[in-house]
Amino acid sequence: MRKTFWLVSLLVVVSLVLAACGSPAATEEAAAPAAEPEAAAGPAGFGSTLATVKERGSLICGANSQVPGFGFVDADGNFSGIDVDYCRALAAAIFGDAAKVEFRPVTAAERFTALQSGEIDVLSRNTTWSLARDTELGGNFTSTTFYDGQGMMVPVDSGITSLEGLEGGTICVQTGTTTELNLADVMASLGISYTPAVFEDADSTFGAYAESRCDAVTTDKSGLVSRRAVLADPAAHVILDVTMSKEPLGPMVRHGDDQWFDIAQWTVFAMIAAEEYGITSANVDEVKSSATNPEILRLLGVEGDMGLKLGLSNDWAYNIIKLVGNYEEVYNRSLGPDTPTYIPRGLNSLYTDGGLLYAPPVR
Amino acid sequence: MQRVEKQKTTIPFWRDERILGVLGQAIFVFVVLFVGWLIYQNMKAGLAKQGITLSYSFLKGISGFDIAESLFAYNRSSSYWQAYLAGLLNTLSVSIVGVIFATILGVVLGVARLSTNFIINRLAAFYLELIRNLSLLVFLIFWYLGVFLKLPLVNEAIIWPGDIILSNRGVGIPWGIPTASFPTFRLILLAGFIFALIVFFSLLAYSRRTGRAPLTSLWTLAAFLLVGLTGWFALPEKPLVLDLPFVKGLNLSGGKILSPEFMALTSGLVLYTSAFIGEVVRAGIVSVSKGQVEASRALGLNGFQTLRLIVFPQAMRVIIPPLTSQYLNLIKNSSLAIAVGYPDVFYVSNTIQNQTGRAVEMISMVMLTYLIFSLITSVFMNWYNQKIKLVER
Repeated sequence: MRKTFWLVSLLVVVSLVLAACGSPAATEEAAAPAAEPEAAAGPAGFGSTLATVKERGSLICGANSQVPGFGFVDADGNFSGIDVDYCRALAAAIFGDAAKVEFRPVTAAERFTALQSGEIDVLSRNTTWSLARDTELGGNFTSTTFYDGQGMMVPVDSGITSLEGLEGGTICVQTGTTTELNLADVMASLGISYTPAVFEDADSTFGAYAESRCDAVTTDKSGLVSRRAVLADPAAHVILDVTMSKEPLGPMVRHGDDQWFDIAQWTVFAMIAAEEYGITSANVDEVKSSATNPEILRLLGVEGDMGLKLGLSNDWAYNIIKLVGNYEEVYNRSLGPDTPTYIPRGLNSLYTDGGLLYAPPVR
Repeated sequence: MQRVEKQKTTIPFWRDERILGVLGQAIFVFVVLFVGWLIYQNMKAGLAKQGITLSYSFLKGISGFDIAESLFAYNRSSSYWQAYLAGLLNTLSVSIVGVIFATILGVVLGVARLSTNFIINRLAAFYLELIRNLSLLVFLIFWYLGVFLKLPLVNEAIIWPGDIILSNRGVGIPWGIPTASFPTFRLILLAGFIFALIVFFSLLAYSRRTGRAPLTSLWTLAAFLLVGLTGWFALPEKPLVLDLPFVKGLNLSGGKILSPEFMALTSGLVLYTSAFIGEVVRAGIVSVSKGQVEASRALGLNGFQTLRLIVFPQAMRVIIPPLTSQYLNLIKNSSLAIAVGYPDVFYVSNTIQNQTGRAVEMISMVMLTYLIFSLITSVFMNWYNQKIKLVER
């Protein structure tokens, strides 16, 4: 009996230690709350993330490593994709050096915990903006970097052309995603019975699909396009012409540090604005010296002190454009016509081209 | 006399070993509790700082996701708590099926390992050495990707005699479907169980009284079967009708469909754990001294009687404690289900955690669940161990 008691108490202590260890940042922050109110200008937490990042000398970015075009790590360990390039842009804005970023691959299931606990500074991992995530997950979505919708991919020879054709079938889906929830919603509203086969990450989901474990696989259409490119025979699979949901994807930051939120958000806007004004990494120096448009001058830090307002240097946007590029350059690098993961711009065009990309004025 | 007593009472308490002992333990408990409290407060403060409060009320919310396998009706409008229960029952079924089959296979392996037949002996040894030196995770993934997903497609499914269908959508086996008379039959089975218990205890008493050794287990089983079969044939309607699996559209239907995930997880766990149980059983049998066997043979017992009455009862004492740890291993290893996509309690909690962001709550629930499972198994096995261990006089 006494042994059992000790065993139980030991386990309780160990579990608490583990639970606390899961959030190292919480431990550090909780240790010195007394000194903060005097030092910080804004509300609690304001500016703390930028200070931490600067002190560390690099940005830690939670990224995907399995979705080509968005976040993918190649055989040499190099990350690529638009979500990854966003983090490089953020590092460029802060340090004037796009390489000062450390990518930490996180799974769909780990990502929010990693952000909450301070393990990563920003989550840029094809994450869908939704109300529940914006509130109770303790994070804030900054801005949409890619407008997506959920799709369904089936083998061509299955002859399936609509969701109804999947009656009684099995559908592969990744756990902990909005996709998983949308699938249940859509199939319930259409009255289609199906069996989900749920997997931990994109590799095992598409691996099981490739082994014919499922009749179909579902995720964001962008994800389907990029994963189809790496299947054994891409032409043997077709993406159904249905859009099951709205999936606005974008970077996410922790609650409680509005300065960091602003920086993360305006990094996106700077890239969109640069495309709108035709500023590219190739011509940015020339534009900087010759431009007359005050909006461009403010963006590039020639006029005003927009960067200082964000807590950065005045050439923050210049660095983003120079070192990483504008939105179009970033998009084409990963999802453009020359890539195996080509996705037409569609909704992800500038508002002037009939898309949804629209940056507020820099003033 | 009085002086001596006075001297005794004047020993200062810091030199009294009994008081020091109690004090030391009290201080230790206090320190442990204090550290635990500190950690808990720290965690609470950290969570509060991020605007997250610790609460389990989210479990009542609608889950919104589907689970592939559940022992009760579950759909997207069920609550998170029901999702958790579905996962819990899945873990239980894998554990129970796993423990039963691993034990059977383990005993066979253990005995085969000691066989004097060269081929059987070598085969068992090869199997044990191979399996025990693999990583379980790799082994599970092998069974999933390498065996069950490599089975033919549904429309080309292999049909084994006995209407067993093998396909990469799962294994279909014939299964009984309860009819209207099933509840009555269940009562009859209960009666049979009670009758079997009565037979068991009266045989036990008989054996104690006379010193004879009747085949207690066999008679008990026979008693149960007698009542069960009588009930089966006496009822106007058969309590169960046989349902055969068949291929229907994209999937298997009818009978009992065991998903590739379940099959991979259970076969992986059973084959892996049985190798360890085999070694435990072998060690137990070897621990019984040769003299015991020789003595029993000298008394005229035959080989089976020797094994049943002399070797196994003594071997059990050595077998039970390590066998308990193997059972615990199997239960805890079932959380590797996540690698093959089987919705066990850990997997479902992971999904819930991810959909709600309640990491601390879900992890604490999962830890508590495994702790309870393991403690129950331990308590039962310890009780059994107490019962069979050598009574020293």
